[in-house]
Amino acid sequence: MNESRGTRAWRWLREHAVNIVAALVVVYLLLPIAVILLFSFNNPAGRYNYTWVGFTLDHWAHAFSRPELNEALVTSLKLALLATVISTIVGTMMALALVRHQFFGRRLANFLIVIPMATPEVVMGAALLSFFLILGTPSLGFETLLIAHVMFCISFVVVVVRSRLIGFDRSLEEAARDLGANPFETFRLVTLPLIMPGIFGGAMLAFALSIDDFVISNFNSGTTVTFPLYIFGAAQRGIPVEVNVIAMILFSVTVAAMGFTTWQQRRAEKMASVRPEQEEAPIPLPAT
Amino acid sequence: MRRRIVPYFLLGPGTIWLVLFFVVPLFYMAKLSLNAGVFGELHFDWNWSNYSEALSAYDTQFVRSFEYAGAATLLALVISYPLAYAIAFKAGRWRNVMLFAVVAPFFTTYLIRTIAWETILSDESPVTEVLHAIGLVPSGHILATGPAVIAGLTYNFLPFMILPIYASLERIDVRLIEAAKDLYSSAAQSFWRVTLPLSAPGIVAGTLLTFIPAAGDYVNAQFLGGAGNRMIGNVIQSLYLSQSDYPSAAALSFVLMALIMIAVVVYIRFAGSEALMGEEAR
Repeated sequence: MNESRGTRAWRWLREHAVNIVAALVVVYLLLPIAVILLFSFNNPAGRYNYTWVGFTLDHWAHAFSRPELNEALVTSLKLALLATVISTIVGTMMALALVRHQFFGRRLANFLIVIPMATPEVVMGAALLSFFLILGTPSLGFETLLIAHVMFCISFVVVVVRSRLIGFDRSLEEAARDLGANPFETFRLVTLPLIMPGIFGGAMLAFALSIDDFVISNFNSGTTVTFPLYIFGAAQRGIPVEVNVIAMILFSVTVAAMGFTTWQQRRAEKMASVRPEQEEAPIPLPAT
Repeated sequence: MRRRIVPYFLLGPGTIWLVLFFVVPLFYMAKLSLNAGVFGELHFDWNWSNYSEALSAYDTQFVRSFEYAGAATLLALVISYPLAYAIAFKAGRWRNVMLFAVVAPFFTTYLIRTIAWETILSDESPVTEVLHAIGLVPSGHILATGPAVIAGLTYNFLPFMILPIYASLERIDVRLIEAAKDLYSSAAQSFWRVTLPLSAPGIVAGTLLTFIPAAGDYVNAQFLGGAGNRMIGNVIQSLYLSQSDYPSAAALSFVLMALIMIAVVVYIRFAGSEALMGEEAR
């Protein structure tokens, strides 16, 4: 109790040092996002949106007033959607094989999935371009972008879905079989709903990776322009403020989607922990 | 018999896609790297001199890439550990908010994030003024310097460092730390001898996930660096896309991939291998 004020302050600082550093890091992580948001309200004097001039809501009101930007955005959304659907189906199948089956070549398959994640993007982009060049593909464009995007999304989908499958309680499937469901029904009515949050998480990751990809796309796009490629092209002549607005819109949508996934995941966890005292029916029974 | 076919059927489409569009292209790139002649008349010729010429022309960029990526990885580790630690052990009801802050940068486009740093580090920005005022940075420009590129790399790959470290810290059995305290270890001792070693897999995974993309990056050097800060990614990109010097660019890509693989293998030997295979958190 005889501690001087100095020692007390020192002790407080020592106890909370980790928290203080952590708070600073959080600020550091969010700072660029705050800057993007702030500059979406800027009213720049010239073409360059780098210095703060004045507040305006104009660019939010006319977010979709630039045809080239809209076109790039639509291309990106289409590309991301298609790449997500393909890579999620293919990746989920691979994850099922790797977790549920013992087979010859399992280690090799694992290796094939890990190695693209350990390869720098610039190498992947360059390799694909070399491939398309030597093959003499008629033209680079949407199709080559789709091939590339599915390629780099697959591994991430597999990793996410696999982590969900590993924690899977297989007695639920056995119960379904005991109740007379055939393997296909078991999969459709028990397995699939339970691993759905994992699949959804993998799909979201694939979508985020695809819509954000610049490096690999830059190599394989030809004259097709995606949202990141538009930004890169615009950077030299000055990026329109609308880009910041659209970035913040995309940000909000992603945050909402992520909130939804978390909520769904909690629900599925509840569903999976079958307890007699639970009130609602945990698994929807097949209509017979 | 049927069960034996099932896994191959499930693996089939994905494997074909990865082999056709990841493995085969690497072979094509290898072939291209041994081509001779100028664009338009390229032909395969076991032309190994592409490698020696490209390496001697761009050795500075190679060394620089590994220096920048190394510095960024180290910085990211120092910044990430306290945050991951706080989220795992101290955050309480703030945990989800903090985890959100960690992944939030992923939700904004990579290029826009980097361009935001261009604004933050520009000469007129308040952040630059503060950094100058407290003497953390010598006067003069921050943009278009090596430290600016390293700062950008550190920021952009930070979540790849934080998440695996957090995952490994969160898995630690708190009773082990309590046991250390019961056995009269000080807070520092229990950290250095229990917590830190148990979080090693996360550190190994995090450093790899940060270092690999950072070494091949060219976006940060493009926007935050100057002419003297070009990394090997910038060289490969411009040889491929503006100068059409495909053989040299392909040779450089291969050397980059090989050097990263060597670095990874050496590092894993040194740091233990269970980390990589077990810790594939993003």
